[in-house]
Amino acid sequence: MTEATIDPTSPKAPTIGSRIRICLFSTDHKVIAFQYLITGLLMAIIGGYMAYVFRMQLAFPGEDVPGFGWVSPGHYNALVTNHGTIMIFWVAMPVLVAAAGNFLIPLMIGCDDMVFPRLNRLSFQIFFLSALVLIASLHVSGGGFGGAWTAYPPLSSDPDFNLTPLGASLWLIAVALEFVAFLIGGINFVTTTMNARAPGMSLMRIPIVVWMIVIASILFMVSVGPLIAGAVMLLSDQLAGTAFYDPHNGGDPLLWQHLFWFFGHPEVYVVLLPAMGIVADIIPVFARKKFFGYKAALYVTIATGVLSFFVWAHHQFVAGIDPRMAHLFTATTLLISIPIAELCFLYIATLFGGSIEFRTPMLWAIAFLVEFLLGGVTGIYLGASATDINFHDTYFVVAHFHYTFFPIAIIGLFAGIYHWFPKAVGRHLNETWGKIHFWGTIVSFNFVFIPMFFLGLGGQHRRIFDYRHFPDLAGEGFQDMRVIATIATCVLIAFQIPFVINFFHSIWKGKKAEQNPWKATTLEWSAASPPPHGNWKTLPTVYRGPYEYGSPDSEEDYLPQHIEPNT
Amino acid sequence: MSDTFQPPIATSRTTAGLPTSRLGTWWVVASEIVIFGGLIVAFIMYRMRHGEVWAEQAEHTKLYAGALNTFVLLTSSYFAVCAHKAAEAGDGKKAAKLLVRTILLGGVFLCVKAYEYTSEILAGYGPLADLFWSFYYTATGLHGFHVLVGMIILGFVAKDAAKGKNLHRVECIGIYWHFVDIVWIFLFPLFYIASGL
Amino acid sequence: MIEQFIERASSYAGDIDFLFDLITYMVGFWFIVAEGALFYFLFRFRRQPGQPTTYVDGTDKKHKRWINVPHFLIIACDVVLIIGAGNVWYKIKQDLPTQDATIGIVSQQWAWTFVHPGNDGELHTDDDIRLVDELHLEVGKTYHYELTSKDTLHSFSVPVFRLKQDAVPGRRIKGWFKPEKEGVYDIQCAEMCGIGHGVMGATLIIHSSKEFDEWLAQAGTPGKNAKVLAAANEKNPRPKD
Repeated sequence: MTEATIDPTSPKAPTIGSRIRICLFSTDHKVIAFQYLITGLLMAIIGGYMAYVFRMQLAFPGEDVPGFGWVSPGHYNALVTNHGTIMIFWVAMPVLVAAAGNFLIPLMIGCDDMVFPRLNRLSFQIFFLSALVLIASLHVSGGGFGGAWTAYPPLSSDPDFNLTPLGASLWLIAVALEFVAFLIGGINFVTTTMNARAPGMSLMRIPIVVWMIVIASILFMVSVGPLIAGAVMLLSDQLAGTAFYDPHNGGDPLLWQHLFWFFGHPEVYVVLLPAMGIVADIIPVFARKKFFGYKAALYVTIATGVLSFFVWAHHQFVAGIDPRMAHLFTATTLLISIPIAELCFLYIATLFGGSIEFRTPMLWAIAFLVEFLLGGVTGIYLGASATDINFHDTYFVVAHFHYTFFPIAIIGLFAGIYHWFPKAVGRHLNETWGKIHFWGTIVSFNFVFIPMFFLGLGGQHRRIFDYRHFPDLAGEGFQDMRVIATIATCVLIAFQIPFVINFFHSIWKGKKAEQNPWKATTLEWSAASPPPHGNWKTLPTVYRGPYEYGSPDSEEDYLPQHIEPNT
Repeated sequence: MSDTFQPPIATSRTTAGLPTSRLGTWWVVASEIVIFGGLIVAFIMYRMRHGEVWAEQAEHTKLYAGALNTFVLLTSSYFAVCAHKAAEAGDGKKAAKLLVRTILLGGVFLCVKAYEYTSEILAGYGPLADLFWSFYYTATGLHGFHVLVGMIILGFVAKDAAKGKNLHRVECIGIYWHFVDIVWIFLFPLFYIASGL
Repeated sequence: MIEQFIERASSYAGDIDFLFDLITYMVGFWFIVAEGALFYFLFRFRRQPGQPTTYVDGTDKKHKRWINVPHFLIIACDVVLIIGAGNVWYKIKQDLPTQDATIGIVSQQWAWTFVHPGNDGELHTDDDIRLVDELHLEVGKTYHYELTSKDTLHSFSVPVFRLKQDAVPGRRIKGWFKPEKEGVYDIQCAEMCGIGHGVMGATLIIHSSKEFDEWLAQAGTPGKNAKVLAAANEKNPRPKD
């Protein structure tokens, strides 16, 4: 086949039948990306609703929560467990890795689709199935699984302990299916980037976001394998009654913790890296600056990825592991702060000497840096073994990882949506409503989680449905902070409504977007908005690096990758 | 769905200098290695902790059956290599014939495994008899599942190859089959031979 | 800083608080530097007429210095923190100072059983005092603890001690603490342990020497409580090693 045989424009108007066929069977990477995005956002609504219910319970314990009713301890445990599971595996992963990866990789490296388009479809189908299984697990008899998203055995492995035999197994099956979906998707991302790049797209000309998604996919692939094996063992403990994690019959509950966190810590970087990549691609556009230290950013990312495999036991300092191990893992954990800090410095340095325009995507990108820095530095307290003795499983941890995960999964996501929406849909989102959404989200977010740092300092431990059982924590000052966090949660959720309206309104009624509205340099902006099936009529060729802004070689202040140099 | 499917140009590119299908297969193998790796490392950790008890249990595995199976799998891999060679030469018919031999040997492997399982369970060493046996059935079961899946895919590849279609897939399924073979090379000493340690 | 939110009641609480402050100063410095630079750049290089963008790619030595110098300074900070954290960790979790008494702590869904050695000071003898959800200690004495679990994971957490240790079924985990302040405090379970996790609290009562002797005489004298204790002993048999 030659490179010119596909005519992407279809003359036929879409019928309902063809629309359904597209929804179910399309192998177009953009359709699949959109499906991942929408599924992720729907799951985010479920996860957000759970957060609303348990925050209300904490602020007004024992009273009926509007829209849910009375919250029993069993409900509460299931809510926090599934809030965590959903937000990480069914929101952060699909929107950041799968949606961003599917949409951006082929467009940014200049090809018409993934190299395994049907595998890509299969990946989404398995993912969708996993989401259904998870939702089903909440509604079976006995209730949803409530053993925390880490699912430590023996609680998770023995129905006599967790009292949710069906919920626990379905939960585990859903998570395992989700892993399989992303393994398949990841293989596709990596292979596509290795093998389907446009002519001239050498390794050092690949946009950072593509690099980061690929590195994230490799991290996921390497780290999740042992956990899949662990999940098989846990499932057989649950269903067949084996004793892999049962200490009374020769097993060891700590094995699961090692397998889980050997995956769990790299997983943090699996979702962090795509978000950082999105931000890395937005900042140069709106600062009109070449990315500061492209190669350095790439190398520190790889260093972070490698180091992330050697830090897992910092989640287990007080879990009963050999205390001598703590020194080793403290050292590796604090060392991993170096590449991440350096990455943040590179982002800040990119702003130096620029001409910064504060459009909504840029606002989100900057907010990512501002908030993520706080999440990053508070991690040091938890990585240092001695202070972790105090902070382990307190709200300090909760506040810390929300200060990392919220910027990653929500702020990074919105940065990406506001930036690439004109490309994906062909219409602009409304700027004013975007700014209202931005400020409402960011301000209320800080009011949710800053109080949690102080609650953590006060010794408030996690996953407790009613703090009136603990006299030291039941004081009025602490309760006030809980109420503040709860009110802020409600405000935060309310401020997502303008976004939803803006999103759907703009899809059909938004201002038309031209081909390259932000005057950006990467390849996706050289395709039509929205790109047709096949992306380009003639696939582009690449002549330079991804961030040529303010280049002395051009009359305008940017030089796109696909423009032939006039020598 | 597949009748209207037209492969995108991306599938025909080879920027990295390797065929995409081979590259993809290697990534599949890489992700499988870590799955089996996790299981095997967990087994070794437990094995060191339960040295004597497990050594005694391991005495009851059937060394001769395992050895026979090792031989069967290695032979099947040999035929997969021959099939690859035939496919390279463009002889799809011969490749298909050789792949059928691979499938048959895979079937022999599963039959021997089934015999082993049956006699072990009858002798009282079911999956719940001891943690050693839980590991034994999980690891060999997961491996057997991979053999089964491999046989099914081999069947499809052989069907295509007989018609001279998709000959590059003979190599890919060969890579996968060798991987399944190598997993067995690890499982065999761990569960059968290392009983005396 | 932590002591403003919760009291210190153990000999090593101050060490953890000191380490916390040390980390706060260090990361606080970097946080302010990074956010300061970020906001300064945002203001200084905002789009305005007559100020074109510049072409800097970060490969010049002159520019790289701005990344490299902080890089090495952060390594220096990390080394200080690794040593600091290691020392405090060693003191709390690895070192076992000579004890005055050993307390047995048995966790189960969803209660704590505290086994006090009683008058003879020896654990696992007949005069052990078993109390559910109530731990009595004498101020200024060094205690070892032996932590076990009967079912799932639990975590013995005493915020005023700055102490936390998971209880793992099948293991007997040893550690120590030395209460230094009288009072009544919370004991928590800090590891998800099932539906009753939210109510698995206990009370820590730190007595002065005199009060403690009175308590011991009252609780440890066979007689009034003997039947209750015998029943409790039967219900919570000593965990096997």
